[in-house]
Amino acid sequence: MPEPPVDMPTLQNLVATTDAAFVQELIEAFLEDGREQIAAMRQSLASGDVQAFQRAAHSLKSSSASLGALGFSSQAKELEQLAKQGSLEEAPEGLERVAAAFPAIEQSLREFGHGA
Amino acid sequence: MERSHPAEAGHLLVVDDNKVNRLLLGRGLEQHGHSVEFAENGVRALEMLREGRFDLVLLDIMMPELDGYQVLEQLTTEPDLRDIPVIMTSANDELDSVVRCIEMGAEDFLVKPPNPVLLKARIGASLEKKRLRDQQRALIRRFATPEVAEELLANGFELGGKYVNASAMFSDIRGFTSIAESQSPTDTIELLNTYYTLMFDAISGQGGTVNQMVGDGLMAIFGAPVPHADHPLRAVRAALEMVELVQLFNQGQSAQGKAPIQIGIGIASGRVIAGFTGTQSRATYTCVGDTVNLAARLEAHTKVLGHPILIDENTWQGLGGEIPAIEQEATQLRGKSAAVRVFAVPLPTASPEPQGPR
Repeated sequence: MPEPPVDMPTLQNLVATTDAAFVQELIEAFLEDGREQIAAMRQSLASGDVQAFQRAAHSLKSSSASLGALGFSSQAKELEQLAKQGSLEEAPEGLERVAAAFPAIEQSLREFGHGA
Repeated sequence: MERSHPAEAGHLLVVDDNKVNRLLLGRGLEQHGHSVEFAENGVRALEMLREGRFDLVLLDIMMPELDGYQVLEQLTTEPDLRDIPVIMTSANDELDSVVRCIEMGAEDFLVKPPNPVLLKARIGASLEKKRLRDQQRALIRRFATPEVAEELLANGFELGGKYVNASAMFSDIRGFTSIAESQSPTDTIELLNTYYTLMFDAISGQGGTVNQMVGDGLMAIFGAPVPHADHPLRAVRAALEMVELVQLFNQGQSAQGKAPIQIGIGIASGRVIAGFTGTQSRATYTCVGDTVNLAARLEAHTKVLGHPILIDENTWQGLGGEIPAIEQEATQLRGKSAAVRVFAVPLPTASPEPQGPR
């Protein structure tokens, strides 16, 4: 069975330790931030700014993990590692995989938000 | 989640370029009763730290503008910000970066998203350490001159003891018990307060540090924690000033029909073991050793000889003839196997003050 895009126990635990409205706020912040970071990565890739690319990948890795998007977070981490090693040669392919995965994450998070 | 006791609450700054992280950290901290402000990057964080009072900073490493390393570096160069504890917040795969931050002065770290129990424990521990440091700083400010305090605060507190060459001074009020019995408690406390104020002025004026006050007696140290090569000279100058201030004080006392006071001072110089000792409720600069004991014995001996200031041989040598001292009969002091050379420092104006009644 393929791994779900978002780990539900992580989200449920968040709701249990905070509240549903707060988790909704987190989800909105992540979706907005995620789109921005993906755009920033595309831009830094175009301009060859390795540091900015690494920072955006790092940020995406961190916030997605907090919301239980664990597979997505590992993909972002791979991108961060590439940049950390100083080379963006293999980055375009990875970045497109991350960008392609984002809508499924968004859908899962929104569904969870409406259910909660 | 229940709120913790507000007494432990602090004002915290969370620095993170990622909004999800800011929200999560902020929420966790507010649940523990802390008040939280946020900065999105290092530049803004430094601005906010310079403007407001924060008890603790939670600092992200990888940020645009100014990153966590640069913020840490800047914090250590600013005296007002240097003592604010910093906890690094990091991803679990950047522990090598965290180690570097701790080497640079960060206090601790938390992996994001933080486990609530760990968050509470680490913040609590850091705030408690800060509270202790603030208390120690306040104590040092009160007991030392501003220069000594600055020196100490700049170089940090060495909690281990070390040997230093210094002059130890003991001073107390002669016949204080009978004075206290002959007047009201309010007058006695006022007398002590005035007396301590005068003694502190004389001692700190010579770069000394008062490190003990017990009843009507006090102990001071010269040459430590800030080294002064001429510590015997400084100690004796302070002693002369102390006696002089007491004489002036007595003129005021007799004008009000109140009893005059007399003091006795003993000074010894040499090696002492010195260091900051601290517990949760109290922290102070402490000196111990033979030299300290000798100073206490000489102070007691002023009652026998009727001289207000007695010094040991090392102190006398340290004067280099700049201040005259008259050798007294060598004496057997408690705790010393051989007789000890004792010198009296005469007051510049008059013969030694007569001793007050016991």
